[in-house]
Amino acid sequence: MSDIEERVKKIVVEQLGVEENQVTADASFVDDLGADSLDTVELVMALEEEFDCEIPDEEAENISTLAQATAYVEANL
Amino acid sequence: MLTGKIAFVTGASRGIGKAIALDLASQGATVIGTATSQSGAENISAYLKEAGALGSGKCLNVTDAETINSVLAEITKEFGVPTILVNNAGITRDNLLMRMKDEEWDDIIQTNLTSVFRMSKACLRGMMKAKGGRIINIASVVGVMGNAGQTNYAAAKAGIIGFSKSLAREVGARNITVNTIAPGFIDTDMTKDLPEEQRVALTAQIPLQSLGQPEDIAKAVTFLAGDGGAYITGQTLNVNGGMYMV
Repeated sequence: MSDIEERVKKIVVEQLGVEENQVTADASFVDDLGADSLDTVELVMALEEEFDCEIPDEEAENISTLAQATAYVEANL
Repeated sequence: MLTGKIAFVTGASRGIGKAIALDLASQGATVIGTATSQSGAENISAYLKEAGALGSGKCLNVTDAETINSVLAEITKEFGVPTILVNNAGITRDNLLMRMKDEEWDDIIQTNLTSVFRMSKACLRGMMKAKGGRIINIASVVGVMGNAGQTNYAAAKAGIIGFSKSLAREVGARNITVNTIAPGFIDTDMTKDLPEEQRVALTAQIPLQSLGQPEDIAKAVTFLAGDGGAYITGQTLNVNGGMYMV
């Protein structure tokens, strides 16, 4: 697991209040991890802060799993 | 009671906004008040200082999204994250609908309604992180009962009420409350131009028999911002001397 993936995973665990082993690469934040729409907004906010970047809304909509979030950060950092 | 809290009040150079800023400050809040001009902002800083309050005035045009974000960043750096937002700034451009120009309509919607959307959106991020906040929007009795010559103003003020109820539902789970205060006729610069005849006729329709004072609204804001408002959200508090009962 890459360093970035570790950091993203830690944020997902904190924001969604789930166990680390639940956060698999392709687990859906909403369908598998029980996030509601506001949780996903907060999650993106937390990612922006952790990686000091701005994630446009249209990109944010496509981030619904750990793998997608990690890929986005890796591609845009 | 509000010690350590940071309150952001728009349109605070005079009238209701000034009374709100001073009342929140009297309860210990750090208050940042906005005005559209630099001299207005300096005036706010001066009266806060005179009252022995923490905070300052800032120049802000509430219709300018970019400035809102830069002023908010400035405040956060200087004082901390505002967790009390009072959307008070408002103007009137009265006219009969048949004569109303597009600019008169657009100015009111931008300044009185769109500003509430922009300010709330900008401040919510900080409130979510702080795990709590209070948004208090100042509407008007006119938005609830209507008033000839004020279709634009009434539409914007009624819009604020619907906005507040919807946002209250969105962010309730994050311990953020959103309420509206609908003042009746208050003795300010906005109402001082009313003809005497109209003022008398108006007063006759108010059970408490007088125009309200800016402080009457300020007390209601402080109540909602403080512990008393903890379990109140999505509500419209009518502070109007009884002139309209809902």
